[in-house]
Amino acid sequence: MDFRLSEEHEMIRKMVRDFAVKEVAPTAAERDENERFDRGIFDRMAALGLTGIPWPEQYGGIGSDFLAYCIAVEELSRVCASTGVTLSAHTSLASWPLFKFGTEEQKQKYLVPLARGEKIGAYGLTEPGSGSDAGAMVTTARREGDHYVLNGSKIFITNGGVADIYIVFALTDPKSKHHGTSAFIIEKDFPGFSTGKKEKKMGIRASTTTEIIFDNVMVPAENRLGEEGQGFKIAMMTLDGGRNGIAAQAVGIAQGALDAAAAYAKERKQFGKPIAANQGVSFKLADMATAVEAARLLTYQAAWLESNGLPYGKESAMSKLFAGDTAMKVTTEAVQIFGGYGYTKDYPVERFMRDAKITQIYEGTQEIQRLVISRMLTRD
Amino acid sequence: MDFQFTEEQLLLRKTVRDFAEKEILPATGDMERGMFPREILGKMATLGLMGITIPETYGGAGLDFTAYVIAVHEISKASATIGVILSVHSSVGTAPILYFGSEAQKQKYLPKLASGEYLGAFCLTEAEAGSDAKNLKTKAVKQGGHYVLNGSKMFITNGGEADTYIVFARTEDGNITAFIIEKTMPGFRTGKDEKKMGLHGSKTVQLHFENLQVPAENRLGEEGEGFKIAMAVLDAGRIGIAAQALGIAEGAYELALQYAKNRRQFGKPIHAFEGTGFKLADMATNIEASKLLVYRSAFLRSNGLGCKKEAAMAKLLASQTAVDTAIEAVQIFGGYGYTKDYPVERFMRDAKITQIYEGTSEIQRIVISNQLLREKRL
Repeated sequence: MDFRLSEEHEMIRKMVRDFAVKEVAPTAAERDENERFDRGIFDRMAALGLTGIPWPEQYGGIGSDFLAYCIAVEELSRVCASTGVTLSAHTSLASWPLFKFGTEEQKQKYLVPLARGEKIGAYGLTEPGSGSDAGAMVTTARREGDHYVLNGSKIFITNGGVADIYIVFALTDPKSKHHGTSAFIIEKDFPGFSTGKKEKKMGIRASTTTEIIFDNVMVPAENRLGEEGQGFKIAMMTLDGGRNGIAAQAVGIAQGALDAAAAYAKERKQFGKPIAANQGVSFKLADMATAVEAARLLTYQAAWLESNGLPYGKESAMSKLFAGDTAMKVTTEAVQIFGGYGYTKDYPVERFMRDAKITQIYEGTQEIQRLVISRMLTRD
Repeated sequence: MDFQFTEEQLLLRKTVRDFAEKEILPATGDMERGMFPREILGKMATLGLMGITIPETYGGAGLDFTAYVIAVHEISKASATIGVILSVHSSVGTAPILYFGSEAQKQKYLPKLASGEYLGAFCLTEAEAGSDAKNLKTKAVKQGGHYVLNGSKMFITNGGEADTYIVFARTEDGNITAFIIEKTMPGFRTGKDEKKMGLHGSKTVQLHFENLQVPAENRLGEEGEGFKIAMAVLDAGRIGIAAQALGIAEGAYELALQYAKNRRQFGKPIHAFEGTGFKLADMATNIEASKLLVYRSAFLRSNGLGCKKEAAMAKLLASQTAVDTAIEAVQIFGGYGYTKDYPVERFMRDAKITQIYEGTSEIQRIVISNQLLREKRL
């Protein structure tokens, strides 16, 4: 075992941290207040090679690994969880299935521009009647000659409305349910495809979350991703990795909140001493820091397993479960440490607390993570 | 022991509940967008809710402290914003005059506060004096028949909207003295309006006193008695906040319970899964425990018994329960709970402040542990 990051990983961390502090942090509060997605930030990430971290250079990536990608999401999320999830959905949810299941043509046509950040990716699985029960989807894809015709809608789509490419799941064989689902690569300009309602959220407000609507959308057969009937498996395998990206986001949020709280506790004086001199506060910080360390190690472990071609489903679910709960607890305590000031928008911690909550819900709720983990524990 | 409400208390609860449903719930959207609920406060005044514990001789409803707690609890289930406005007005805005005012002061101010014609506020906190309230720097210098106040206060609930303010300042003897300030007194200035995580319809402002001239007869209690007055009213104030927190918790829980019954996934309502059913059980249990702590401290206070420890315990547990319950309630709603189409995320944002104001949870623990050490049989 070796618990040091390689030079390459340290370099990526430093590069992303500098970028985050200089170019993402200054507008984070305003973008949160105004629910504003900033394409310029995404373009700058592309210029730095951040939009295709795990993919080989032949597909437009920088040929690094999933650990480097997690580090990038973590560093971005330390200052802006919205930017973290924008990158995470783009990489884990949209690019990964193309890398894993795409034909060479599909990879050249779609993965390359995503990796280069020329295009933004998204993933459409959830529907009003199918959240945790993803298999209960009702969007259909009817085969007609050399096309599929898609009808239905998806909700809560991260990067919805700003994405160019959507990996979407629909029923090619409604009678077979899970086994009758297929995956498709949708381009935003396909006639009949539109963006619907933009959600107003408690947090990650600078990330766009929208409905997407399919009204007799004609999708060329060559845009089917993987085989007919393979869609559910593709969706679930994609989420196996995606949840590790969210774990990284949660670790970043927690670290950002912890850093702010520790700095404040050293500066703020009451009763003639810094509040950090009180065990009531210092013990809180100790617990927060311990939890963040554990969350980070779980997250890096899952990323390392994936990068090394080893099974990572259980570890990835564990990292998302632990990191999400850690982010929620740490940010709630961070607001507490800031006292009344922490409750105002003059300080960033209340935003971290609002942002943290979604990490317990999307890409598989904590309850689903527990299902995934316990099934693996109890299977033969 | 008797664990049931009286007929009278049940009637009051029903009255407030019906009022909250009819008048408060429909206005929560506007309050979220920053509207101060003047009109609703007026309707509450008509119902006698702005002077619940003020004796009838001063124009109040003459009910006991438990009645007031019932009102704050039920109102906060619908709107934590209205809950805090009422709590601050009553517990810390009006009560100081009731308990420490001269007869002249009581005659002058209580009827207007009780009728809702005046809204009250309480000004202790400053930029460098939060938990360390004694560290306040606002000065009060006696000049002839006046005191002249200079300084600033922070995080004042009802600030700017209130007509009367109980203000704490340091007189020349070096000790803290309390004053009844009216908004119209020259030198009183409302400053920055804080943008907060929650309680959006509640005004939280900075106040600036610039050679504020206060008539000597507006001094509340004796010179140097101020800190004692502040601590005494905060003991009761924290029961009010505990009731607010209880309302937030219960409101969030009821929403989650209803959703868990209706939302179906995997062929059944989600409460049928132990993962969710057990959550609801834990939420309900913690709410019951918090409720009992809150109403026990209200009972002690209503009967003139000491409740310093009990009030702190109620505030500590109820606020923790509010935060935990609201976070879990959003969880039960899933993705929908994170959007503003559903009310539950507001409960989560509103809940957090109950662990902070009127004495942080850390201060409550100090109060409790000090009391534990004082108790004769341990």
